[in-house]
Amino acid sequence: MTGFTTLFHKELLRFWKVMLQTVAAPILTALLYLLIFSHVLEEHVQVYPGVSYTAFLMPGLIMMSVLQNAFANSSSSLIQSKITGNIVFVLLPPLSYVEFFLAYLLAAMVRGLVVGLGVGLVGLVFTDLTLVHPLWMLAFALSASAVFGTIGILAGIWAEKFDHLAGIQNFLIVPLTFLSGVFYSIHSLPPFWQKVSHWNPVFYMIDGFRYGFFGQSDMPPGIGMAVVLPCVLVLTGITLLLLERGYKLRH
Amino acid sequence: MTAAIRARALEKRYKDVHALRGIDLTVEQGEFFALLGPNGAGKTTFISILAGLARATAGRAEVMGHDVLDDYRAARRLLGVVPQELVFDPFFTVRETLRIQSGYYGLRHNDDWIDELLVHLGLEDQADTNMRRLSGGMKRRVLVAQALVHRPPVIVLDEPTAGVDVELRQSLWAFIRRLNREGHTILLTTHYLEEAEALCERVAMLKQGRIVALDHTARLLSCEAERRLELKLDPPYLPAQLRRWLIECRDGRYCLRLTDYAEIETVLASLRAAGIRVQDMTIAKADLEDVFLRVMAQQG
Repeated sequence: MTGFTTLFHKELLRFWKVMLQTVAAPILTALLYLLIFSHVLEEHVQVYPGVSYTAFLMPGLIMMSVLQNAFANSSSSLIQSKITGNIVFVLLPPLSYVEFFLAYLLAAMVRGLVVGLGVGLVGLVFTDLTLVHPLWMLAFALSASAVFGTIGILAGIWAEKFDHLAGIQNFLIVPLTFLSGVFYSIHSLPPFWQKVSHWNPVFYMIDGFRYGFFGQSDMPPGIGMAVVLPCVLVLTGITLLLLERGYKLRH
Repeated sequence: MTAAIRARALEKRYKDVHALRGIDLTVEQGEFFALLGPNGAGKTTFISILAGLARATAGRAEVMGHDVLDDYRAARRLLGVVPQELVFDPFFTVRETLRIQSGYYGLRHNDDWIDELLVHLGLEDQADTNMRRLSGGMKRRVLVAQALVHRPPVIVLDEPTAGVDVELRQSLWAFIRRLNREGHTILLTTHYLEEAEALCERVAMLKQGRIVALDHTARLLSCEAERRLELKLDPPYLPAQLRRWLIECRDGRYCLRLTDYAEIETVLASLRAAGIRVQDMTIAKADLEDVFLRVMAQQG
C-alpha cells in the first residue's frame, strides 16, 4: 500500500510543483474562451430556456478542461520519465502493475478535477450557475476524467517521443473535445452531424455533466452514463493487460 | 545456502539481435563478482532481466531463490540496481528523491538510513539541493543511494565508475567494499579491468551473449602463464640462442616471452657470456586485461 500511496503522492507533487504551467495556465485558457465566446454569442444564442449562453458554456468549458488536463497529466509524466530514463525508479521497486495504473490514473483525475474546479470558481465571477443534480455532475466528472486519464496512460506508454504524443493530442484529444458540444447543443447541428456526434463519447460526458447543472440536456443522463462507464471499463482493461505484459516498458 | 543470483539457460532475443544465448550463472551470497565483456556482449541485458526491466525469451533467473517473474515482489525487494545511465527526476531534491524511492519499497520512516547513506556517499551538504543542480558525479552518488534505500542483500552496479573522477571512484569502492564485508553480494559490470581485478573474487566474461570464461580471478590470472621480459641492451644485440623467446623489438628494447621466472637466469647468463650489458630491465606480469584480450580473441 505504501508503494502505491508514494507513487500517487509523487505524481501529485510532480504537477503541483509546476502549477503555474499545469493548473493556472489551463484555467486562464478556459476563461479566455469563456470571455470571447460569451461576448460574441451571449445576445444571439439561447440553447435551453432560462439558461444564458454564458451559463450554458460554463459546464462545457469545465469538462473540456477536466478531460484535457487529465490526459495531459498521465501522458506527459510517462513520456518524460521514459525519455529521461527515470522511469526505472518506478520499474525497479516491487510495485504491482495495478498499483502503477491506479497511482497514475488517480493523479491524472486529481489534476483534471482541480483545473475544472478552478475554471468553475473563477467562472462564477462572470455568470451564475445552478447545480440541480450534484451527484450526476460528480458522476460524470469522475468517470470522464478516468477515461481521459487512462487514455493518457495508454498514450504515454505507447509514445516513443514527444512528437507521437503531440499527434494524439492534436489529432484525437482536441478534435474529440471541441466537437462534442462544448460550445453548442448538438440539436443546432444538421442531422448528419448530429448522428456523427452521437458516436463521440465525449459528447455524452459533456452533455451529462451539463445535466447536473441545469437539469436539461440533449440526451437523458442515464444513457450518457451507459456510454461512459463501459468506456472506463474497456480502457482500464486494455491498459491493465498491456501493463501486465510490460508492453513498451519492460522489454 | 540459497544462491544470491542464479540464471539457468537464460535467453534473450530482441527483434534482430540475439542478446543472450543461454546463460548459466550462479553467484553465491557474499561474493564480489564481476561481469566483463565488450560493448554489446549482453551484460546490461542480463542485469535488466534480473531487475525485471526486460523479460527473458527463455530460461529462468532468480534473486535469493525468488523467480524474477513469478515472485517479482520478493525478488525486487532483495535487489538493488545502480543503472548505467545517469538518470534523475528533475522535480525533486536529493532527500525527496530518496524518501520517494524508500516509499516505493514500502518504507515510510527511513530517514535514519537515508542520513547514513548521505554521509557515506558524501552527499550530506547536497541533501536539500534539487537533482538538476548536481554535478554528474554527485548524481551518480544519488543513484547509488537510491539503489540502497531498502538495504538490499544483492547489489548490482552497471558500470558505476564510467566517467567518474578518481576521488569519487575511490570513495565509491571503499563504500561498496564495506557493504560487501557486511555480507552484501555485489555484482559488477565494468570496462575498467584493473577495478575488477582488484575487487572481485570471481569474474565471468561474456561475448556475444555467451559466457566464455568463468573462474576465480586469481586462477584466471595464473592460467595466463606468460611473463614478459623487456631488455635494453648495450650493445643493442640479442644473442642467437635467445631469439626463440623474442616477441618483438621496438625502440631498441627487446621483448621476450618467458614461461617461468627461472628462465631469467638463463637469459642473463647468455648475455653475460656474449659480453652484452643490461642497461634496463622490466618484468611484466599478465593482468586481467591480458586474460580478457586472449579469451576474447580465442572465441572467434
